[in-house]
Amino acid sequence: MTKILRRGLLAAALALAATGGAAAQDRSITVASTTSTEQSGLFGHILPIFTRDSGIAVRVVALGTGQALDVGRRGDADVVFVHDRAAEERFVREGFGLERRHVMYNDFVVIGPAADPARIAGLTDTTEALRRIAGARAPFVSRGDRSGTHAAELRLWQQANTDPAQGRGQWYREIGQGMGPALNTAAAQGGYILADRGTWLAFRNRQDLRVLVEGDARLFNQYGVMLVNPQRHAHVKAADGQRFIDWILSPAGQAAIASYKVGGEQLFFPNATQPEPVS
Amino acid sequence: MNDIGTAAATAIDLVVTADPALARIVLLSLRVSLTALLIAALVGLPLGALLAVARFPGRGLVLSVLNALMGLPPVVAGLLIYLLLSRSGPLGPLGLLFTPTAMIIAQAVLIAPILAALSREVLEGLWEEYAEQLRSFGAGRLRAVPTLLWDGRFALLTVLLAGFGRASAEVGAVMIVGGNIDGFTRVMTTAIALETSAGNLPLALALGMVLMAIVLLLNAAAQATRQVAQRAGA
Repeated sequence: MTKILRRGLLAAALALAATGGAAAQDRSITVASTTSTEQSGLFGHILPIFTRDSGIAVRVVALGTGQALDVGRRGDADVVFVHDRAAEERFVREGFGLERRHVMYNDFVVIGPAADPARIAGLTDTTEALRRIAGARAPFVSRGDRSGTHAAELRLWQQANTDPAQGRGQWYREIGQGMGPALNTAAAQGGYILADRGTWLAFRNRQDLRVLVEGDARLFNQYGVMLVNPQRHAHVKAADGQRFIDWILSPAGQAAIASYKVGGEQLFFPNATQPEPVS
Repeated sequence: MNDIGTAAATAIDLVVTADPALARIVLLSLRVSLTALLIAALVGLPLGALLAVARFPGRGLVLSVLNALMGLPPVVAGLLIYLLLSRSGPLGPLGLLFTPTAMIIAQAVLIAPILAALSREVLEGLWEEYAEQLRSFGAGRLRAVPTLLWDGRFALLTVLLAGFGRASAEVGAVMIVGGNIDGFTRVMTTAIALETSAGNLPLALALGMVLMAIVLLLNAAAQATRQVAQRAGA
């Protein structure tokens, strides 16, 4: 019996060592990013190009922006690539990240059921659309997960001078989940929802949801990238992480972003070199 | 109904074409869950056998705690392991977060109590049957543990299958500590969660069918082994 035990322990140790060893050998960085960049398929398109050119594998952990920044704060990622400028600037100010750089943008869209009970289709003023949804007490699905999209949604309600909290538990439904589950919920309940265009275009379970409001300057969605501060977390792979950041900001990286299309439609627009757009 | 039909067709297609991405995910799922099972068994089965034979004050409390731990929510186990393995946590310097090793640890933590509690239950029955006999050979309680484990091996196989089922089916723990990284820590359940998020419901369900088929095959294999061994033994 002790022999069996000893042999078993040895096997377990070997198995663990094998998985750990393989992880340590590869040259890789960990990037904490958002569900929108991962689920839209962008990373699947651009990362193989970077890995081919640099020999560095990129491991993406896709979370909401708030959670991704937390992962960076704890030192569990080398690079953070997200979309909530105010939160990103706080992250850098607090000393968790180095310089924040613009990478690309796309836009948010207001999506809702074809029946459109709040009659917002075709509006170009998002705040007016939100006021009408609140006025009609039509179901609105909120991410409620401190993601970049959630932050943008809360900003828009504020600009609309409307407090959705009064409808909490009734027409205002905070589900605390990612963009995909939120879209699934909106589809099932015939609700309105704010979504990033990338995830929407790649989303398959639309049922009768459609884009109702778009093209408002308020719906601008900027993505930023930053290295986790190696002075805070000494193990951060600063050189390889910086190499990734330099690449994604370079003409090659920017071209890779621009070349990603779903159904012929470009999802993200590189703007690392352009002057600050007005948001 | 149409969706389920599409899913079944997709599942068959994935298996027939031996989709390489799927193969990698399946292999990682098996590696993670089987390794976790091995580790949990090395801890859980002897512990269960010990508890079956030992009598000490507070034993009832220990058994209650163990039984309660069987219901440990995967997401709680995942969160605990996350905080331990995070770079800011006590085991941070090991750099294990977001690796398959972290997933193995989380699943082992999750199923070790199940193996211990269920094997205790099974072996206590055996112990009651054999106690006299074993004692007449002059074997102490502690010495009886290996014998019990060996005599109960066929029943313990079912216990192991229950543990494996729990490990391979859970998504909460591996999602948190593995990060669902494409090509590195993505397993069957996290892939299913991801496809559900992308609204790709038929593909998600197809992956679920593949997972169920694999679990079924493993169970059938274990069952067959048991029957062959039992017949040979008899």
